[in-house]
Amino acid sequence: MPAVPGRRLLQGSEAIAGAMVGAGCRFFAGYPMTPFTEVLEEMAKKLPAVGGVCMNAESELEAIGMAWGAAATGTPSATGSTGQGLSLMQESLAEITLARIPLVVLNMARAQGDYWQATRGGGHGDYRHLVLAPVDVVEAVELIFRAFHLAATWRNPVVVLGDYYLAHTARAVDPSSWSPEPLPPAEWALTGESGGSGHAKLLSFLGSAKQRDGAGYDLAVHYAACADHTARMLKEVPAQVEVGFIEEADVVVVAFGTPGAYVRAAVRDLRADGVRVGFVRPVTLVPFPAEVVAAAARHVRAVAVFENNTGQMLDDVRLAVLGEAPVEFIGGLSLDPSGFGIAPDLDVAVVRRRILSVVERHT
Amino acid sequence: MTEPVARDVVPTDAPPNAPAELVDDFTPALVDVGLHHLCPGCGEPIAIRSLVEAIAEMMLAQRTVAVFGIGCYTAFSNNLDVEVLQALHGRAPSLATGVKRARPDTVVVTVQGDGDMVSEGLQEVLHAAARGENITCVMLNNGVFGETGGHMTATTVLGQRTKTSLEGRDSVAHGRPILLADLVARLDGAAYVARCAVNSAGQLARTHRLLRRALDTQLAGAGFSFVEVLTMCPTGWFVETADAPQYLEEHLGAVHRAGVLKDVRADAAAEVR
Repeated sequence: MPAVPGRRLLQGSEAIAGAMVGAGCRFFAGYPMTPFTEVLEEMAKKLPAVGGVCMNAESELEAIGMAWGAAATGTPSATGSTGQGLSLMQESLAEITLARIPLVVLNMARAQGDYWQATRGGGHGDYRHLVLAPVDVVEAVELIFRAFHLAATWRNPVVVLGDYYLAHTARAVDPSSWSPEPLPPAEWALTGESGGSGHAKLLSFLGSAKQRDGAGYDLAVHYAACADHTARMLKEVPAQVEVGFIEEADVVVVAFGTPGAYVRAAVRDLRADGVRVGFVRPVTLVPFPAEVVAAAARHVRAVAVFENNTGQMLDDVRLAVLGEAPVEFIGGLSLDPSGFGIAPDLDVAVVRRRILSVVERHT
Repeated sequence: MTEPVARDVVPTDAPPNAPAELVDDFTPALVDVGLHHLCPGCGEPIAIRSLVEAIAEMMLAQRTVAVFGIGCYTAFSNNLDVEVLQALHGRAPSLATGVKRARPDTVVVTVQGDGDMVSEGLQEVLHAAARGENITCVMLNNGVFGETGGHMTATTVLGQRTKTSLEGRDSVAHGRPILLADLVARLDGAAYVARCAVNSAGQLARTHRLLRRALDTQLAGAGFSFVEVLTMCPTGWFVETADAPQYLEEHLGAVHRAGVLKDVRADAAAEVR
């Protein structure tokens, strides 16, 4: 294939870092951990060149704290880790959300055990994050741009849930074609300048009403306002989903992220062999494309869910299907002894066999 | 402000025989509302007043971002006319780092207590100091978790009774207190480290000078500045309000000794001379 001008073969981490800088990110803080490490390395290379700051924080706690502080100044900011590191960050993530500060958070996860962490959150209180789950490097670039935009628009953290494959596989992408929409202005951001005006800005997870307004912190009022905002966000942000072969399917398979590519390939092969199967791949995990899953499940004999965990998204699929069809789990924990979630069960032949067994039992 | 008027001393050994009247509003310019719900005799409002007055005097109100920790003093995070970023318990130094690195033109000050900074967040302040982060951290040290009602912190002195050290802090059972200013002063990134108190007018005047010097250190871009202010907590110490200043002197202040522990700019100036 002839070389396309502007197209470059980039490892996922480098493409993601490039897309973040392209999207306007000017502050990044992280603590090394496989398979997230290379994203941090790339940000350390790329950010200073554009006048940004990359901090090699002393722990994940400090990484999220630094990103919180930078984001509070209206600087498009991001942090990340693996699910393990994000566990440490959950307390801060809960409060950043309740302080309504935009932030992009990468989870280069080990296999898919972090679905619940990402979509439910491991922190305290009533809050939700938007969660985007790219299937590959090309889609990750697109979703990184979307993540910064969603975060700034909704003043809410956005999680990009990837994995080892996403961070470490190379794909041809074209950075010269990236033209991000400008981010909305951040009038709420702290700059120091409103001090002494009688109306100095406050950015707090306890609320932004001040004593002078005769109010002060009233957590009931603040939490209710946050809940209303979250409900509106979940209603208005469009769910993104990829579907294939769902017309006249007997079985529909639901999968997200990297395994979604294996399911897509297995379904395509099975269709070529005349087996009536289709797939649904949620791209946004929050908001979950429940309507699309429900519609795809309406006339099938069974719905199958493939994940590299013990069945987490399975809950959301069941909630979407609401008993209209049997929902079966055909995934399982990664068999990779390193714990990074690399093969051997991510194999089109394996996925194909598991889908076929569902088809055989229900037709 | 109205002209000062000499008034009779009101006797306080009996209920007043006349209703209270407002003499003047002494609320500092950068405090929105003078009222607060902290206990009588608390040292924290005095320290915060001194800090915001220093910010006002140095004409920094329009450049300052204060990052508040969690403690009784959090009552002031929504009551100042300077910009405030509310942090989690213990985490203010990393947030302050993010603010300062993203906007180097701001003056960034953390306000934390001993429970916040030393018990929960020790690693945060030590790393910020080691990095030479060009911010000012202010620690209000009363040797007790005041907000939860008088529990032992990492700075509680030996023998001090708290609800979790009922017979007094014991070195074997509870370990020894951390003298944070001494620890911070040992780090190369720390440019200015001082400890002071608010238990007398003289100590308060000194506190005010030290806070100004710390802010000045930040303005000079010299590195990390740290002021530990010993504050009274009669409620958490289980002593009479009027006895608290003296109690501070004899207990907390006898272990956490006041003084300027480090001032690299003064040292450099002395070398030049």
